Amino acid sequence: MAAVSRRDFLKTAGAIGVGAAAGIGFPAVLRAQGGGSVKVGVLHSLSGTMAISEVSLRDVCMMAFEEINARGGVMGKKIEPVVVDPASNWDLFAEKAKQLLLQDKVAVTFGCWTSVSRKSVLPVFENNNGLLFYPVQYEGEECSKNVFYTGATPNQQLIPAAEYLMSKEGGGYKKFYLLGTDYVFPRTANKILRAFLRAKGIPEDSIAEEYTPFNHQDYQTIVGKIKRFSSGGSAAVLSTINGDSNVPFYKEFANQGLRSEQCPIMAFSVAEDELRGMDTSALVGHLAAWNYYQSVDTPQNRKFVQAFKAYAKKSNLPSGDKRVTDDPMEAAYFGVHIWKQAAEKAKSFEVDAVRKAVYGQTFLAPGGQIKMDEANQHTYKPVLIGEILKDGQFKVVSRSKGLVKAEPWSQYTSPDKGCDWIKHQGTYQKKA
Amino acid sequence: MWRPLLLALALLPGLAAPTAAQGAGASPSGAVAPPGPSAEIVKQLADVASADAAVQEGAAVALGKTGDRKILPLLEALREGSVYVRLLPGGKKETVIVGDKVAEGDKTLVPLFRAYGREPIVGADGKPVLADLTTLGEVPTGRSLRIAIRPLIDAFSGQSDLVAPDPATRRAAATKMGYTGDAAIRQVLEDALGKERDRWARFALQEAIALIRLRTGNETERVAAAEALGRLRSANAMEPLYQIASDAQAPAPLAAAAREAIKRIERWGLFTQGIEIAFQGLSLSSILLLMALGLAIVFGLMGVINMAHGELMAIGAYATFLVQGWFTAYFPTYFDYYFLVALPFSFLVSATAGLVLERGVIRHLYGRPLETLLLTWGVSLMIQQGLRLWFGAANVDVSAPRWLSGGIPVMIGVQLPYNRLFIIGLAAVAVGAMYLLLFRTDAGLRIRAVTQNRGMAACLGVRARWVDAGTFALGAGLAGLAGCAITQIGNVGPELGQNYIVDSFMVVVTGGVGKLLGSILAAIGIGGLNKIIEPGMGAVFGKVLILVLVILFIQRRPSGLFATKGRYAES
Amino acid sequence: MRSLERWGLLGLAVVLVVALPTLNALPAGSPLRISDFTLNLFGKFLAYAILALGIDLIWGYTGVLSLGHGVFFGLGAYAMGMHLMLEIGTRSVYRNVLPDFMVWNQVTELPLFWKPFYSVPFTLLAVLAVPALFAFAFGYLTFRSRIRGVYFSIITQALALSTWLMFNRNAMNLGGTNGLSGFKSIFGFTLNSAATQRGLYVATALCLCGAFVLCRAIVRSPAGRVLIAIRDSETRVLFSGYSPAAFKLFVFVVSAVLAGVAGALYVPQVGIITPAKIGVLPSIEMIIWVAVGGRGTLLGPVAGALGVNWLQSVLTTHYPDLWLLVLGGLFVAVVLFIPDGLVGTARKLLRRRPRRGDADARLVGRPDEGRRPEEAKPRTEVRHVQAR
Repeated sequence: MAAVSRRDFLKTAGAIGVGAAAGIGFPAVLRAQGGGSVKVGVLHSLSGTMAISEVSLRDVCMMAFEEINARGGVMGKKIEPVVVDPASNWDLFAEKAKQLLLQDKVAVTFGCWTSVSRKSVLPVFENNNGLLFYPVQYEGEECSKNVFYTGATPNQQLIPAAEYLMSKEGGGYKKFYLLGTDYVFPRTANKILRAFLRAKGIPEDSIAEEYTPFNHQDYQTIVGKIKRFSSGGSAAVLSTINGDSNVPFYKEFANQGLRSEQCPIMAFSVAEDELRGMDTSALVGHLAAWNYYQSVDTPQNRKFVQAFKAYAKKSNLPSGDKRVTDDPMEAAYFGVHIWKQAAEKAKSFEVDAVRKAVYGQTFLAPGGQIKMDEANQHTYKPVLIGEILKDGQFKVVSRSKGLVKAEPWSQYTSPDKGCDWIKHQGTYQKKA
Repeated sequence: MWRPLLLALALLPGLAAPTAAQGAGASPSGAVAPPGPSAEIVKQLADVASADAAVQEGAAVALGKTGDRKILPLLEALREGSVYVRLLPGGKKETVIVGDKVAEGDKTLVPLFRAYGREPIVGADGKPVLADLTTLGEVPTGRSLRIAIRPLIDAFSGQSDLVAPDPATRRAAATKMGYTGDAAIRQVLEDALGKERDRWARFALQEAIALIRLRTGNETERVAAAEALGRLRSANAMEPLYQIASDAQAPAPLAAAAREAIKRIERWGLFTQGIEIAFQGLSLSSILLLMALGLAIVFGLMGVINMAHGELMAIGAYATFLVQGWFTAYFPTYFDYYFLVALPFSFLVSATAGLVLERGVIRHLYGRPLETLLLTWGVSLMIQQGLRLWFGAANVDVSAPRWLSGGIPVMIGVQLPYNRLFIIGLAAVAVGAMYLLLFRTDAGLRIRAVTQNRGMAACLGVRARWVDAGTFALGAGLAGLAGCAITQIGNVGPELGQNYIVDSFMVVVTGGVGKLLGSILAAIGIGGLNKIIEPGMGAVFGKVLILVLVILFIQRRPSGLFATKGRYAES
Repeated sequence: MRSLERWGLLGLAVVLVVALPTLNALPAGSPLRISDFTLNLFGKFLAYAILALGIDLIWGYTGVLSLGHGVFFGLGAYAMGMHLMLEIGTRSVYRNVLPDFMVWNQVTELPLFWKPFYSVPFTLLAVLAVPALFAFAFGYLTFRSRIRGVYFSIITQALALSTWLMFNRNAMNLGGTNGLSGFKSIFGFTLNSAATQRGLYVATALCLCGAFVLCRAIVRSPAGRVLIAIRDSETRVLFSGYSPAAFKLFVFVVSAVLAGVAGALYVPQVGIITPAKIGVLPSIEMIIWVAVGGRGTLLGPVAGALGVNWLQSVLTTHYPDLWLLVLGGLFVAVVLFIPDGLVGTARKLLRRRPRRGDADARLVGRPDEGRRPEEAKPRTEVRHVQAR
């Protein structure tokens, strides 16, 4: 019927096919390996719901790379970052991780924020023996050979916070409302908190637990419940509410007449970066527990904050020098430096060599000296309880004595388990 | 290294009688000073800098107990860790409070303040003294010192808060003292009660006094207190009353009074809970209505599915953010009025955006609702990403003006937030205005005419194209208005639209296309039902149940509550 | 043309099913080798293509726009995922027979509805049956009430949203927001090995071919004619004595089954399934594949699924800020300028070209075509109107 002959058709189809194949292969050609450089991957969402938090991590990693390159790079090789955008899409995380490890053959990756994203890339890193530095506080109960966890485990954040609230200095609170977003971190966190509180003698009916979905906006009912729970004083809220939902929660809390002196909210997912986008008048006086604050007063922190603001301004990032630093950013930053130190110590970029060299490394992080654990892939960190100020910064009201060792398996919920890659193969059963 | 020296030198001013003729309590610095602290206080100020924690604590507690308000800044500074010791010419030491750090090159300088009363220390030239931080000796404040200081600070702030100008602060102070106070505090509260005019502050004071009497009085006093608490319907008293009621050894009249009070309080609690649920339902309904109104107009009157409705709301919210920024930069004293300007501004901005959208792309697709659905979805993605690129991916901070913060207590245990009350009012005004516009003006007549029979209306001289554009702009403007209102209760970020779009559609579809009343009833129904279910079933199940109910409802009545007659809206 | 097209399609099938995996099996270092990563990516795209075929059936041919097909995709994916989770056995983090997320959720015994998924035949049956039953129930209620057009689309959105909310809940024992992941093996084959991935790819390609043949058969059958008639005018079909609801229901169920199969093939290749694939956004993205490719053409959706996803892969790697703008722009451009999609427009262009020996092609068409409007005779005359 058509004037198009069979030959023409096949020719065109062939051309299209070659073009498609070339198109698939083209990006790989673009990324051919350079000689005097080492590739590292940056796996953070730059669009979608998680972009709010993760874009800052990408920014601080790029700043760290720039710093290192300005001083000669790692073992003479410049760091060449490969930045990909998994767009808050969990299966894209897995795809991009595969791409980084198999196509770009990066030496190390700095990435992930939510536990979902980490769990979706974990098989990729384990199957291909990659290396991931994960900078965000999380629920523990994981101990992968291919991940270094530079964020806090529950015993480095949740437990000290609860201890502080129960202490006389913290106010001697006796009733606790555990409120969280419905996903793995709050669920596990509250499991551990409940075990801890019960172990300290808090009765069952002095603990309430409640979950809301992601992006929940209407906290009227819940604040009403908290009001009734806290009548009589001596109640505090332990909040693992994530992301956006914090704003409507705090606003409703204040507007219904609850005050931080009567019923303080101790938040575990609210840091300077989130406060930047919130009307802080409703939050003043409430608390948070982290391992670092921008307001920590050390010379290296002052330098770090100044450097980051300058970097933001220079790179024309949105909000320029009004950008802030917070705990996950600091953890991402020292993660980059720890990797560099380890690679230099191991004199190699090989994952297994670098891994062994990371154990026991110390670094003068902006928040103070930190140390990588000798066996469990986690980090010794200090614990700081902070009070929210009007300008979105924190005032440190309590500090741990020295560094706290990370316990990926909490002694309150999994006393029989431990994590050790030197004497064991990761997670192991402790003998009674 | 410093500390023994400090201790020795600190005792010097105490030993050496102040001979300077500057009146009572000359400060140890020897500089010109106003009537200052007594010698006793001066000694304790020095002790506070001692290396011995016990001495420190003793001194701090003694200072606190003097009740001298000028000690408060020192106590607070101790808690913050900004108390230092400076070396004076002549070898003496002075305990000072330091202020905010100023970086000058490599050095860090701090302004100095006197420990007593926190007055700035000025130099000979009259300018504040800036000292290099490294030349000052830090006064350590250990944990036990902070624990000891805390009740002292509370006592000070409690007393000052009792006379604070803001009634909410007074209420909170009274309540706090009620939990921890003793007979002495009770006297303070009763004095305050005599002077208090604000109804709710009086209530808080009465409650606090009764709580203290319940704890510390003799038996008749306690019975009277229990009765008073029952009369006051005080929820804060439930716990101590429960303890009494369940205590087998409590004297009979007291236990009975406690039980009676508990009954009254619980009944009142149920009543207030009902009122709360009703208000919450009304509030949620008003938000849904405000969001859905624009959509109802566009969908109902024009048959256009506008999936970019949420993004038009986001545009309105960002417009509010911009207005806030302008006011902060150019008219800071009028900041609280920014919201009043933002309302019409966001309406106009979103209306313009809607107009552009309509003239540009949507008008090609009338009569093809599925295509408009896809097209507007694409537009919404582009707008979202555009907002993200322009304003940043992070949320932006829109502060509430003072007159919208906090709430109004209307009865015991119920406080209605101002921002929600405002939104309820705004929704009512918007609906009223829409009604008037559609049914009482010529423009509205034309809109309705074009809706019912486009061809005929065109024949009669109505410019259908203009009416279309106008109606769409109107719907978009309402979306902007809703966005402006939402900034007061939620976040402002590029994702704002996504959070609300499905809810808006649910309301419109349930209410029936083309009828304003339907949308109103649907909003009230969905909002109210949601709030009734939520306390029992939790937020997620509540939402899911509502969605399922809507789906089932649509099965029974496919055209919604109020169906337009005729074959208009179905494609 | 028929045979030409048939040859073309056959060639394409051969390329997909045979040529690409063979190129992957070449030893590393060989210049023509397709990397594991690329083949795996392509396998994912082909799974999407199967889904797109289903959507084309229901939308392109029957005119019913479903904005909730992510639900059926997810149901099939979760069915397969549940089996894979159970297959992990004690090789998990907690060394427990139960899946990890149940352990940290403090569930001590495997819930009843999980138990049948130990068996492979049941899993395969579930992949087909669960989406089918769900679609049947939903479709029956909806089509019977004559809900169509926009209302139907919005209702499917509500369905997607509520399913997403439910699956996100940890209480459902389906992994909550984290979904199901950490698979080690599939039907006994180690999941991570190149050979297994190649096998999965071939299976997907074969399923795609099978789905294509099936859809073609449906579309070419008399039932297919009725579907097209329903798309063009449902009322007329109703009055012609057919029951549009029954046809729509049939096609809806078929498309749901195809979506479920796509999901089941997707899971082992990507390694994770979360509720994020079930929600409103991913469902609408599936529509754009079909729209860009060309609805109502069967080949178009396949091309669209491959093309749009490949574009996403490339853009999120190199120009991450642009991807959403491009996606939105695609929606707008396709609706305004290429409503028939790429393949549809290509076909139209190919048909319009004058054929050799077909000189009077121009005469084929409407009777009034070609004449100027003024020359067209009026159909009605009005005479002798009097006012009374």
